[in-house]
Amino acid sequence: MKESLWILFAVLYVVLAPFIGGLIAGVDRKITARMQGRYGPPLLQPFYDVFKLLQKENMAVNKHQQFYVLSFLVFVVVAGAIFFAGGDLLLSIFALTLASVFLVVAAYSTFSPYAYVGAERELLQIMAYEPMVILTIVGMYMVTKSFNVVDIAAYDGIMFLKLPAIFLGFVFILTIKLRKSPFDISMSHHAHQEIVRGLTTEFSGKELAYIEISHWYENVMLLGLVFLFFASNPILALLVVAATYFLEIFIDNANSRLKWQNVLFSSWVIAFVLGAGNIAILAMLI
Amino acid sequence: MSYLPKSPWLVHYDASSCNGCDIELLACLTPLYDVERFGVLNIGNPKHADIFVVTGSVNEQNRSVIENIYKQMAEPSVVVAVGACASSGGIFRECYNVQGGVDHVIPVDVYVPGCAARPEAIIDGVVQALDVLEQKHKDRKKGAVGRV
Repeated sequence: MKESLWILFAVLYVVLAPFIGGLIAGVDRKITARMQGRYGPPLLQPFYDVFKLLQKENMAVNKHQQFYVLSFLVFVVVAGAIFFAGGDLLLSIFALTLASVFLVVAAYSTFSPYAYVGAERELLQIMAYEPMVILTIVGMYMVTKSFNVVDIAAYDGIMFLKLPAIFLGFVFILTIKLRKSPFDISMSHHAHQEIVRGLTTEFSGKELAYIEISHWYENVMLLGLVFLFFASNPILALLVVAATYFLEIFIDNANSRLKWQNVLFSSWVIAFVLGAGNIAILAMLI
Repeated sequence: MSYLPKSPWLVHYDASSCNGCDIELLACLTPLYDVERFGVLNIGNPKHADIFVVTGSVNEQNRSVIENIYKQMAEPSVVVAVGACASSGGIFRECYNVQGGVDHVIPVDVYVPGCAARPEAIIDGVVQALDVLEQKHKDRKKGAVGRV
């Protein structure tokens, strides 16, 4: 009976995550506008954007790029479904990394200099956040003695109290994953005039819509990971998720973009000090 | 129903404008006018854009750039010529190097008058362009080829 409940979670994720992710994006744009002293777009604007993109002409540069973009979408959904089905956290994160690699390959396949710069920078971002993600999972394993989300979520007591530094480190790299300033070096979701549009320069119409939807799926799963730190107290966990996202929006609006060297260096220092430090102290206590 | 009028993304190109119209166009994005209320984004990538906004007159140097941007845009798309120079060549019309308005190179759907065009006029022009965008979407659905 318990197992069927987790499968229900996975199905709910696959069906509902785009709606939740889109709504979060809408709230994000509204709050961002208010922080800049503007009125901001309607709450449902991200959905209008995606529906519009689906109605546009299909302009593919080559045959493979649509396959890569769809693979990105599929593997993000698979990663999230494993996570919400209570499956192996490591497997889920590796599926997410594979999805990111597909996005990079999609950008490379277009042979556009702007997409190339975006793809290179996306690779640097993956290098920057991956150590901290792995250390987060290791920390969760040390506390709960399991890699399965089912067991981690069933941990009685608040995991945050054992892993406070790891939580901070995870929030730090979450800024990269959510594509927020100062770490949005490969592609920003704001319409800044940047290196054209970085990673997504050569994608238009349907493909851009798929990338956007994948990003919504991804965001919901990442916020699910934040939830996991406080899973024994769902109300507190939801509040923390909301506060974390608000903090990310604030950071986004209060910072300009960094150079890639700073992104890589600061993420690794954070992973080493907060991530490895927390694990070392935990190992000594146990 | 089409979602095009709810989410018009525009790409802006400064042909040989004196920057007067450009500054007025950017003023539309500021908190005072905030066109993002209507879902308008200044996207900076022709492949993502629905509306091509050109300021300034056409000369030998920027002719190919205008054509290039126009060709990269996904259908349905519309062109808005902002300001006197983009519409007709303006006071530079008689210059030896100026060929005239943007319609010498690409088909223009909406002309916004003014020197410099006021932000209100630009927003009005974009709103009129949305109707054209909707019409082009319908024509495309019927199977008519939109682009000349």
